[in-house]
Amino acid sequence: MAEFGGLYEAILNGDQKTAVALTRQALEEGLDPGELIQRYMIPAMDEAGKRFECEEYFVPELLLAARAMKGALELLRPRLAASGAQPAGRVVIGTVKGDLHDIGKNLVASMLEGGGFEVTDLGVDVSPEKFVEAVRNTGAQILCLSALLTVTMPSMQKTIEALSQAGVRDRIKVLVGGAPVTEQYAREIGADGYGGNANVAVAMARQIVAAA
Amino acid sequence: MTDHLQKWLEGGPLITDGAWGTQMQKRGLAAGELPDAWNLTHPERVEEVATAYREAGSRVILTNTFRSNPIALAGSGLETQAVNRAGVAISRKAAAGRALVFASIGPTGKLLMTGDVTPEQVQDAFARQAAALAQAGADALLMETMSDIEEARLALAAARETGLPVIVSFAFDSGRKHDRTMTGATPEQAARMAQEGGAAAVGANCGAGPGAFAEILRRLRAACDLPIWLKPNAGLPSVAGGEVLYSTSPDEFAASAAELLSAGASFVGGCCGTSPEFIRALAKRAGACASS
Repeated sequence: MAEFGGLYEAILNGDQKTAVALTRQALEEGLDPGELIQRYMIPAMDEAGKRFECEEYFVPELLLAARAMKGALELLRPRLAASGAQPAGRVVIGTVKGDLHDIGKNLVASMLEGGGFEVTDLGVDVSPEKFVEAVRNTGAQILCLSALLTVTMPSMQKTIEALSQAGVRDRIKVLVGGAPVTEQYAREIGADGYGGNANVAVAMARQIVAAA
Repeated sequence: MTDHLQKWLEGGPLITDGAWGTQMQKRGLAAGELPDAWNLTHPERVEEVATAYREAGSRVILTNTFRSNPIALAGSGLETQAVNRAGVAISRKAAAGRALVFASIGPTGKLLMTGDVTPEQVQDAFARQAAALAQAGADALLMETMSDIEEARLALAAARETGLPVIVSFAFDSGRKHDRTMTGATPEQAARMAQEGGAAAVGANCGAGPGAFAEILRRLRAACDLPIWLKPNAGLPSVAGGEVLYSTSPDEFAASAAELLSAGASFVGGCCGTSPEFIRALAKRAGACASS
């Protein structure tokens, strides 16, 4: 099993090709998917997150690591599903109405997928109605809202109001993030949490699922 | 071409303009509507914004073309050439011969490092926008709110083909000290890239308030010989009654922005949260300093 330490390095370095090749090889050799995830993949993402906190990694490095993780996970998913394993949780994510920025949203989505969550990404410029519909249809526990512009931040509040009006507010936890968004703003609009970066978002999502 | 810039700066540093998007929203731009589209649909309202800055004391005004590169315009139905040309024409008219017109070029919004766009696509997009802005008669080109050194390098090379002076400005909005860009670039890396790439000036915009810009200015100056361009935000935003507000007043902003001028910045204006009142306060204070 020791030879698959390269999988840890490949994910940490954001080398998706190597990560996928090593995962395929490991499966062919009959290794247990759960073991691969626990021993190499999750520790690699944890280390990438630590490096991000220490400002050794920035958004692109984190995004590449998350994509390498996602590539490897996709190979494992059919086997995990066959063994009855559930995703870590279900998340709906999108950039709010009026805002077309997606770098931050994509990063959070990738990090959540890397963390084993099933993510429904609604894209950019998503209306409150579309968020409500997705919350209804997916049975997600967590809704992540992103905004990069101060002028589109009020769309976060409108989305939360729409959830309340539709009667689905209490079945979902709402996390908000984006460059101009603050903890205080999150409280003012009645969100359940604020993530200052993608790493924090994953930790919060895990907490929410654990508490549920 | 760098000579142009030196000539413009002979009389001392220049006050530039403030935020445009919020001014356009006051005039009816809907949240989510592409501001650049107004160059074609509501040119008179865009001109009002430019005129307000010129009247407030801006000696350099920008153009409403931040998102007008072909990659960022994709899907909008807008034609690169037309939007950029109109943007320069509007600001030129508003300048009325009393302000320079520097054409704004923003990032593509896509990451090179993750393969979302290729270097060729990025270079081609910036070349097309820069050519349109130059043909329309801009005095200089400003690549602003850049994060990725490599994207900025490609943009700079493409823009320099026009023969106009090119300024490259980065958003240092990441890291605990707000001294790194979103992709991790430092002021030193930005300054070296700008100097090596033949930029006429290098700078910082957005990201943080004027207080945090003093250290950025010091580091940019230490790392290159280029004139420095700065456009801080009006502090950090807060929210009241669903509206996003910046807590810094025009006078507070002007006081710290004026310190950036005394510390050697060549161009100072404002980014998010600023308005013509901020520029008026800054111009007043800068004028008082210059005459004392």
